[in-house]
Amino acid sequence: MTGAGVVLLTTFLASSVEAIEMVVIVLGVGATRGWRSTVLGAVAGFAVLAVVVVVLGVTLAAIPIGPLRVVVGALLLLFGLQWYRKGIARVAARGLAGVSEPGVEDDDIPATGIDWIAFVLAFKGVLLEGLEIALIVVSFGLAAGQLGLSVVGAAAAVVLIGAAGFALKGFVTRIPRSLLQLVVGTLLTSFGTFWSLEGLGVNWPQSDLDIVALLVVYGLAAATYISLERRRIHAATLEMASATTSRVT
Amino acid sequence: MQAIVSAALGIARFLYRFVVGDDWTVAVAILLALAATGVLLADHISAWWLVPFVAIFMTGVSLRRSARQHHTQ
Repeated sequence: MTGAGVVLLTTFLASSVEAIEMVVIVLGVGATRGWRSTVLGAVAGFAVLAVVVVVLGVTLAAIPIGPLRVVVGALLLLFGLQWYRKGIARVAARGLAGVSEPGVEDDDIPATGIDWIAFVLAFKGVLLEGLEIALIVVSFGLAAGQLGLSVVGAAAAVVLIGAAGFALKGFVTRIPRSLLQLVVGTLLTSFGTFWSLEGLGVNWPQSDLDIVALLVVYGLAAATYISLERRRIHAATLEMASATTSRVT
Repeated sequence: MQAIVSAALGIARFLYRFVVGDDWTVAVAILLALAATGVLLADHISAWWLVPFVAIFMTGVSLRRSARQHHTQ
């Protein structure tokens, strides 16, 4: 493979990892809270990113990405944990309740106007991941003396992964709502943990692959809590039934 | 002036709901865990496990508290 090919492939693959994280957040938030505000947040994130890239150009490498990761990661972690907890409680109580299930209470999503929670989550995901892609382009492109090819590789990754995410939109929307909330909560918690700790200076041994390890840990913990909650609900139901029977007799 | 106060209150309410949510103890525990991780890392002590541990532990505490509240209602 030629030097140009190596630059193209490397920036494409490195940017794909970040683009997957970006698309997963946008897809999960959109399917859970609605698409309008999520897409607006993502577009606003791209717009701010474009301004930052145009204004700073190759001096982008000077941006202190560490503190930004801590702030964005901590916010995603705190919000993700709320959905993680609610998702566990709902799946334990009602199983895989769907969107139209009357028992599922609304997540205070506004009927009209902008849902700022969806907007901010999508905005932050796109801005942080977009900045990381821009940093990959600048650092790798400048080091290899192939900035133009580096930009092409990254742009191709964002377009392809974005198109794959769009194609998956219909499938994700069909996932039962309580399960989706748990899955998205687990994803946001894992990304938030990864980014905030990376920003604090933790060196993850397998880099972005350690997000998968975090997903497994949080997923196993959720499965354990769901099982414990189900046992508690079952015991409480039996207790109520026996109290009712003794009152009748 | 009233519009500015109203907007500021709206932003504050949104931030509280976004960051803290319905259980402030989880948010406080996570922020303390992040701060402790930062201090330990500055002393070159590996502490990546602290935040996931606190997150999982506090989820259990919060679920238990919520179940007790539900039971007493």
